[in-house]
Formats: sequence, structure tokens, C-alpha cells
Amino acid sequence: MQYIFFAYLSVAIIGLSIFIITRKNPVHSVLGMLFMFIHVGALYLFLNAEFLAAVQVIVYAGAILVLFLFAIMILNIKEELQTELFIGSWVMAIPVVMGLLIMLFLGLRAVKAGYTGLHNIDYIKTMTHTKAFGKELFANYLLPFEVISVILLVAIVGAIVLAKRRLR
Amino acid sequence: MDFSRDMALIKPELWLTGLAIIVLLLELIIKKKEVIAFLGIIAIAVTAFIVLNVAPGLAFKEMYISDGYSMFFKFIFFISSILTILLSMRYLRNENVHYGEYYSLLLFSVLGMSFMASSNDLILLYLGTELMALSIYVLTGFKRYDARSNEAALKYFLLGAFSSALLLYGISYIYLLTGTTNLREIAERLISESSEPVLMIALLFLASAFAFKIAAVPFHMWSPDVYEGAPTPITAFMSVGPKAAGFAVIGRVFIIALGSIAVDWKTVLMVLSVLTMIVGNVLAISQTNIKRMLAYSSIAHSGYALLGIIAGTPEGIRSTMLYLFIYAFMNIGAFAIVTILGREGELISDYEGLGKIEPLWAAIMLIFMFSLTGIPPTAGFVGKFYLFMSVINAGYTGLAILAVIMSAVSAYFYLRVVMLMYMKEPSRTISVSPNLPEALAVTITTGLVLLMGVSPYYFIEFAKVSMSL
Repeated sequence: MQYIFFAYLSVAIIGLSIFIITRKNPVHSVLGMLFMFIHVGALYLFLNAEFLAAVQVIVYAGAILVLFLFAIMILNIKEELQTELFIGSWVMAIPVVMGLLIMLFLGLRAVKAGYTGLHNIDYIKTMTHTKAFGKELFANYLLPFEVISVILLVAIVGAIVLAKRRLR
Repeated sequence: MDFSRDMALIKPELWLTGLAIIVLLLELIIKKKEVIAFLGIIAIAVTAFIVLNVAPGLAFKEMYISDGYSMFFKFIFFISSILTILLSMRYLRNENVHYGEYYSLLLFSVLGMSFMASSNDLILLYLGTELMALSIYVLTGFKRYDARSNEAALKYFLLGAFSSALLLYGISYIYLLTGTTNLREIAERLISESSEPVLMIALLFLASAFAFKIAAVPFHMWSPDVYEGAPTPITAFMSVGPKAAGFAVIGRVFIIALGSIAVDWKTVLMVLSVLTMIVGNVLAISQTNIKRMLAYSSIAHSGYALLGIIAGTPEGIRSTMLYLFIYAFMNIGAFAIVTILGREGELISDYEGLGKIEPLWAAIMLIFMFSLTGIPPTAGFVGKFYLFMSVINAGYTGLAILAVIMSAVSAYFYLRVVMLMYMKEPSRTISVSPNLPEALAVTITTGLVLLMGVSPYYFIEFAKVSMSL
């Protein structure tokens, strides 16, 4: 049963990804992306990562896609611009992509499962995912969490500064 | 309690955050932007004072480290930002972009840099880098109605995002191998993993990301364009502060976390350093715009500063630190003159005959050019001397020879400015009228460049004491 589920999800994610990059109409691409994000969310759920699944749906499918749609709406793009490819040669592209793939597989091979700390499966099961994650985030990763808030502040201030009215 | 001890250790950053936000808010009330600039300087001075009184130690689950090393680098950041603020006021007024946010963004970028220098964890290191970079992207594009400034900001942003991706890739591979992001734990767990091919990939990613931050060849493409387009005081800041921050993290990550594969990263850094010295110095020769020339010169100086880290000895690290400290003064000093001349000092040919019209400013420019070349009795000589000594003591004589040859090459384009100033007739009249803060910045930089050149003892001791803490 779980194999069928996984097979469906992986085929759907790959198919949707190809669908996204081959559409001429950007709105179709974005809608394809919405479905892809939901499928990825389902994949997380399948791995018992319910918190990640919820974040995936809320942040990606919710917030980021709306941003995409806003951008398309504001720019009023009906059809994607037809421009020359930046890098035209397949001779270069294929080795680079293959290299990246090899790197990815090397990385997957090198994963060490040996380092188990507090967060083993039993602990997560009794604590639930969200609670364990929250405890970790607000206890051990408090400082990075707070630094992120400053980064967001800078992003907002920066955006406003760059869009401000001109001085007379 | 543990938490209050942690808070005591990050006090400088807490104060800086608070003061930066206060400066940001006061901008609403205070209409005279010079006051905001002054408050910005006070904020940094207060932070610097607090840094001096923080005990060394680890905080927040060993994520944050406060030691002499971080303190030394923080002082480079504070000094370069204060000098930048002093130079900015008249420049921004002339360019008609005098917004108060400029100063708070500058403070936030200093905050990001101090987190970088103090990070003992790859996550905090990454976030510090982002905080610094994000503020500087905005500052680069601060002249919003200038196409070159826009171009520079966009270019810097896109390439910066690319380098962040590389950094994250490297971090994730390290995490894959060790299951931790803490630098010391990484070092412990890597001892048994040193032959893993993935580790090499991680090393290459990290090295490329850091090379981007310090503008080392072949990741230097962005810097001439960005330096040329950005507001001149920000160019001065960018060529010193973020660069020093990049060196701070290179030192910590490579020497502490990746200590077990020192042979490998030394080879990588050596290639970077050799390329950087050669390309930076050779390309600087053909520049006609002074900001571009200084951009290439700053690339070349990254190559020299890398030498101390390649040496890897405490003496080497110390001389890199001292070099960056000296470099902060001489480079900001040179940019100060460019800022003061403003639109009349964009091209190298604009300096023709400056010695006849404005003898004082020409003499000061001469000092900075001598110092950048490394001619005694200026600080640049002292810095290069200790750097090359440490490389030779570590056994890399070939590198030291190349560095000396490249310094000789650099004399061509630095001394050409001097030649134009003193041996050509002026083609036009320039009126140089700096305001008080600019004059102050020039006085500080000139004074220290000469002082460090004549009696470097105290500054060497300062670097030594910082390392031993």
C-alpha cells in the first residue's frame, strides 16, 4: 500500500515539475506549482512529519504562490517572453547537470545515521512533532531565531527605502 | 541562571540592535539627518565600549563565542563603520539621497558582521552573513535614481544570493557527514571522516562562498562593478568591513572546524590566493576609473591577507588580523579622498596636477598610495612585512616571493596616481572643501597609517593579546 502511495506521489511530483517548466502561460505554471507543493506536503505527511507538511502547505502553497500570482497580475504577463537562451550549448549543460546529480548521490551515500541524540522516534512519538520542534527552536536555537527577526526587519526597511518618494 | 549569563555575553549585539532600532525610529522625528549620523556614531561607540567589557566565553548552547579573536574583528567593523558615517553626510546630501535609514542599515550590517565574527555555529554564521549582506545590498542601491547604483545593487544581490546558496550547500554537506553545525563538534567528528569525498565537495562549496565574500579570484567578477556603482562611502565600507568579516569566518571555520583536512583547504586557499594576487594586480593596471582601480587593488589585498590563513600558524593568523586592521585605515583613507573630491575625482586622470592646486590633499593621497603599495614608513609596509614573514616562517617561501613580486607590480598603478598628481600640469581647477566630519575621518586615517608605520609595536601587541585570549 505504501509503495503505491509513494509511487503515485513521486510520479506526480516529477510530472508536475515538468509541466511547470514547459508551460507558456505563467498562470498555468503557477497552478501546476500549487499542485506540486501540495503533493510534496503529502510526501512529508507520509514520512510522519506532520509539522513540516503543514508548513509546506501554509508557506509555499499559501504565501509564496500568492506572491507569484500577484507578480504576474501586476506585470500583466499573458505569455512568457521569448528570449535567447543564456547558455545555449547542451555540451556544457549535460556535464554540469550530471556533476550535480553525482554530488547529490555521493551526499546521500555519506549520510551517517549513527548520531542519535534526544530526538529518537519514541521521543517524537510521545512528544509529537510540533512540540519537539518548538522546544528545540525556542530553547537551543533561540539566538538564530531572534537574528532572523532582525533580518526580516532589515528586509522590510530596505524595501521601503528603495521605494520611497524622492527628496525635493 | 544560564540564560542571564548568555545574555551578558551577547550584550554588545543586544545593545547594537536596540540602538539601531532607536536610530531608525528617531529618523521620524529628527529632520536634521546629521543628528542621525551622529547618533549612529554614538551607537557604535557605546557598543565598542561594551565589547571591551565582555568576558570571554560561550553562550546559547555554544552557538555564540566571545573571545579575543572576535573582539579584534569587531573593532575593525566598528572603526570602518564610524569612518564611513563620517564620510557619508556631505556625500549623501550632494547626491540628494540623505535618508536617515542609511545609518540604521549601516548599524544592522555591523550587527550582522559581529555575529559572523562571534559565531561558533554554522547556522548563526549563515544568518550573520545574510544580515550583513542584506543591509549592504540596500546601501549599494541607495542612489535610487542612478542607473549605475541600481545595476550594482542588483548584480550584488543576485550574485550574493548565489553565494549564499553555495554556503548553505556546503553547510548541509557538513551536516550530512557530522550531524551537527557546531564548529568544535564538527572538528571532533571529522577526524575519522577525513577521506570522505563528500567532505571535499563541502570544502569546495564553503571555500567558494567565502571567496565570494572576500572577492577572491575567480569569484571577484561582481566587485569592480559594484564598487563603481555604489555610493563612494559604502564602497569604502564594503571593501573593508564585510571583507574582514569574511576573513573572520574563514579563519574560524577552516582552522577550527576543518582542522583535520588542513592540507586540502590549504591547497584550495593557495590556488585562490595566487590567482587573486595576480589577477587583481594585473587588471588594476589598465583601469581608468579610480573606484574600479581601488576595487581591483582591494581584490589583490584579499590575496595577500589569505596568506596568513594559509600559513595556519598563530603567527600567520595574527598577521592577517593585523593586516586587515591596517588595511581598514589605508583603504578607507584613500576612499575618503575620492569621496571628498566627489564628482571631480572619478577618473584617475582627474588627479593630474592635484599637487599644484591642492598640495595638502595630494600629500595625504600620496601617503595612502604609498601605504597601499607597502612603502615604509607607512602602515602598509608593516602589515605586509609581518604577513610575508609569517608565510616564510611557515615554509611557503614561493608564495612569499610571488606576493613580493605582485606588490612590485602594484606599485605601477598606485604610484601612477602619485605621478599624475605631482608631475603633470593641472588641466582645470578643482575646489576641495571638506566638511568637519570628512576632515576628521581623513585626520584619523592619515594619523593612524603613519603612527602604525612608525611605531607598530602596540598594534602588534594588540593583535597578539587578542589571539591569546
